[in-house]
Amino acid sequence: MSNVTDAKPQATAVPASGLKKFWADFSESRLALFALAVFSTILFIALFAPWISPTNPYDLGSVDIMNSRLPPGSEDFAGNVYWLGTDGAGRDMLSSIFYGLRVSLGVGAFSGIVAMAIGATIGLAAAYFGGRLETIIMRIVDIQLSFPSILMALIILAIFGKGVDKTIIALVLVQWAYYARTARASALVEKNKEYVEAAQCLALSDRRIILSHIMPNCLAPMIVVGTLQTAHAISLEATLSFLGLGLPITEPSLGLLIGNGFEYMYTGDFWISIFPGVALLITIVSINLVGDQLRDIFNPRLQK
Amino acid sequence: MDAVKPILQIENLQTHFFTKAGVVKAVDGVSFDINAGEVVGLVGESGSGKSITGFSVMGLVDAPGKIVGGRIRFQGEDIAAMSPQQLQSLRGNRISMIFQDPMMTLNPVLRVETQMVEAIKAHDSMISKSEARARARDALGLVGISAPEERMRAYPHQFSGGMRQRVSIAIAMLNRPDLIIADEPTTALDVTIQGQVIHEMQRLCEVTKTALLWITHDLAVVAGIADRICVMYAGRVVEQGPIASTISQPLHPYTRGLMGSVPSQNRRGQPLQQIDGMVPSLLNLPSGCAFQNRCAMVSDKCLSEIPEPIDVGEQRLVRCVNVGQEPAS
Amino acid sequence: MKPILTVSNLSKDFTKPLDLIAKLLNKVGQDNKEEVVHAVDDVSFAVQRGEIVGIVGESGCGKSTLGRMVAGILSPTSGSVEFDAEQTKASDLPQALQTQMIFQDPYSSRNPRKRVIDIITEAPIFHGLIARKQKNEFAAEMLQRVGLDPDTLQRYPHQFSGGQRQRIGIARALAVSPELLVCDESIAALDVSIQAQIINLFVRLRDEFTLTYLFISHDIGVIEHISDRVIVMYLGRIVETAPISSFLQTPNHPYTKALLAGVPRLEVGKREYEPVSGEIPSPLDPPTGCHFHPRCPFASERCQREAPLLRELSAGHFSACHLNDEAQP
Repeated sequence: MSNVTDAKPQATAVPASGLKKFWADFSESRLALFALAVFSTILFIALFAPWISPTNPYDLGSVDIMNSRLPPGSEDFAGNVYWLGTDGAGRDMLSSIFYGLRVSLGVGAFSGIVAMAIGATIGLAAAYFGGRLETIIMRIVDIQLSFPSILMALIILAIFGKGVDKTIIALVLVQWAYYARTARASALVEKNKEYVEAAQCLALSDRRIILSHIMPNCLAPMIVVGTLQTAHAISLEATLSFLGLGLPITEPSLGLLIGNGFEYMYTGDFWISIFPGVALLITIVSINLVGDQLRDIFNPRLQK
Repeated sequence: MDAVKPILQIENLQTHFFTKAGVVKAVDGVSFDINAGEVVGLVGESGSGKSITGFSVMGLVDAPGKIVGGRIRFQGEDIAAMSPQQLQSLRGNRISMIFQDPMMTLNPVLRVETQMVEAIKAHDSMISKSEARARARDALGLVGISAPEERMRAYPHQFSGGMRQRVSIAIAMLNRPDLIIADEPTTALDVTIQGQVIHEMQRLCEVTKTALLWITHDLAVVAGIADRICVMYAGRVVEQGPIASTISQPLHPYTRGLMGSVPSQNRRGQPLQQIDGMVPSLLNLPSGCAFQNRCAMVSDKCLSEIPEPIDVGEQRLVRCVNVGQEPAS
Repeated sequence: MKPILTVSNLSKDFTKPLDLIAKLLNKVGQDNKEEVVHAVDDVSFAVQRGEIVGIVGESGCGKSTLGRMVAGILSPTSGSVEFDAEQTKASDLPQALQTQMIFQDPYSSRNPRKRVIDIITEAPIFHGLIARKQKNEFAAEMLQRVGLDPDTLQRYPHQFSGGQRQRIGIARALAVSPELLVCDESIAALDVSIQAQIINLFVRLRDEFTLTYLFISHDIGVIEHISDRVIVMYLGRIVETAPISSFLQTPNHPYTKALLAGVPRLEVGKREYEPVSGEIPSPLDPPTGCHFHPRCPFASERCQREAPLLRELSAGHFSACHLNDEAQP
């Protein structure tokens, strides 16, 4: 009697797993696709700002105070068109926004990645080792999460002072707790699955089990949190900069632009503040929409 | 020949699921009858379509599934064609369903009493609350729950698994239905509790003359309680007939294989009969007989046409063109 | 001949520790006890090389916990699990690898992100049993041993059916050349016809590699089919252990008798179930004395007071019941 009972595993009619399936699921929502397109554009702008920007607003040589506060669409004597107008110092708004996106996204994403790395490690360790370690860590997480993030950030900056690095530190300290909590929850679910027991039965080391088995299966929810948190981080940084506490003038983010332009609102030169604000809005909304769709696709998958 | 019409007549039922990946023909040409007071066992493995058949009768098939063909006649009326409102008056009233997981029937945030009274009142709006409570209490006593008056006030989570299933049975019997569809009612229960629940259901159905469609993968359970058995494979009934003759002399190769696979003390020392291969994907059924890739007696005819049910006498029907032959090896 | 596995007085308690508030309240005079579940209560038995020992019982009997302790996944509260290293083929392997476990759920017991080849070869490479470049050959051989096509090495678990996944799990366990396999409800999640394939596979592997099995199942039919010896557990204790012939012909303990009587059998003829009364008690609050006394038709006052000890009735046949004492002069 033949012992090979099946020649090949059944060809399932589901499309090949991995990237193709992911894309198929993601494109189910037109809105998410649109948001992804918008965000990709923004990302492109942020990455290539120095090359695609019409002017370099921070090159003091090219900025002329004579061009200050020109309304959107106006031309200057040299024939340059300022599509979004100029600000109080004569800088082109469009270019300022391009550079601003660069800073905002850069700071937001970088702090997000660092926070994810720290938070995920702590959360995974807490879940895997359990016991007192877990209790202590999670209580710290709980306490931190009960503070409003703005308040925490302000306190941290008040202590450490202004600056790019200090802003990033503040953002990381504010965000790591979200990642820790998500990582722990996800790891707890995975830890109780039988494949972890099987790995323990095969006498694999703890380190290997956490890194090689549990963590890859926790990535999905982490990516979702990461996306949404990045948007949050960008928004938080904008608030701080608006208040004048975050980034210095040499690294102008969108928040700073909004803040600087605020005083001109009273005189009717709305474009100096509003356009950066709109750019910020579009960025955050598009990231959120992409994050929402990611969350939707990953959820039913996780339940399988 | 019985002059009494069967209370349930399923004729060529087809329920398909329209998914992104294609059309899943979960039920594809199922026909059988249930007579009043009869216990019919609907047996099959996963993917055979037995549960979907039960859901189709109850009208519980949701999108992307749809009944696309055939008729389901309950006491003469075609319920596959009924509107949701009409179905609603039948469900819980003249046809009830019991699920594998009693928590599909029971609402965890309502007391048992509340749910039972609600089920009674849904089909008899004139009844008073105290009368309804009395009926509920009697029903609980009937399924063997002691001190029903007090136990009624409890929440579902305060009952054990076996008790919860009994409560589901009680709810199913509340309005004295003519037919109960039970989908794997005892599969999740322990052996000793399963014995209790089967005993209760047997007794109840005998006393109230309720017909019972027992859907399960467990042949042994069906052997002990059913009058007739229908064996399903890949969406079709491949064999049906009276329980005694079907079990002692199965005719369809699949039924034979299934009987041979069941381990017991009688088969110690010998390898169990294996059915090689796997169930074909319902998205991609082969033309001809669905069992062709696993059958020892497969012939050319099997590959080209779907076998129709052949009447071999004694009220037995078999979907196999080679019925009666022994396998070549 | 010395047994290959000796389990002595093995116990496992699961305690729910008091939280801070309860501890404080205790200081003030309240008496909050910790909740303790004696999942496994003083269990002892021995297994000979090449034997298949079936462990059977219902929910809460502790068989899964026992299995995990034997496999080394769970550490016992007291007692010991001793492995006779002299009898093992390659004693330079880590002790833990001598016993491997086959799990119940074919879906969650494979890491969905790892390919089959990695699942099978991870542990052997980690422990230095094979070199990295032998990966492909080794994995291919393992797959063939369990009846799978070696061409499927690069696939992911979800591309296989349930039965195939169980085979992958068996291959994974065999990859570290264990002596003892603990099968915890390994076939419960599979269809009947696939169960038959896996049962046959288990027996074949035992014959080919002189493996020893601890086969944990609630399915008495399966236990009856393959076990050489049977251990019956109830609420954490062994109530009876016997060679398969005595188990089938002369079961002694009332619980064993109730189990055997309650199992549905694939036999012709309507079955009259005489169910055991009562619910399975919660392990949090087990009955005093003999755990089975509330449900035992022969219970006496002594049964309520005093827990019976396992007494040998005949060669290898032990039972824990006071009734046996009365029968002895």
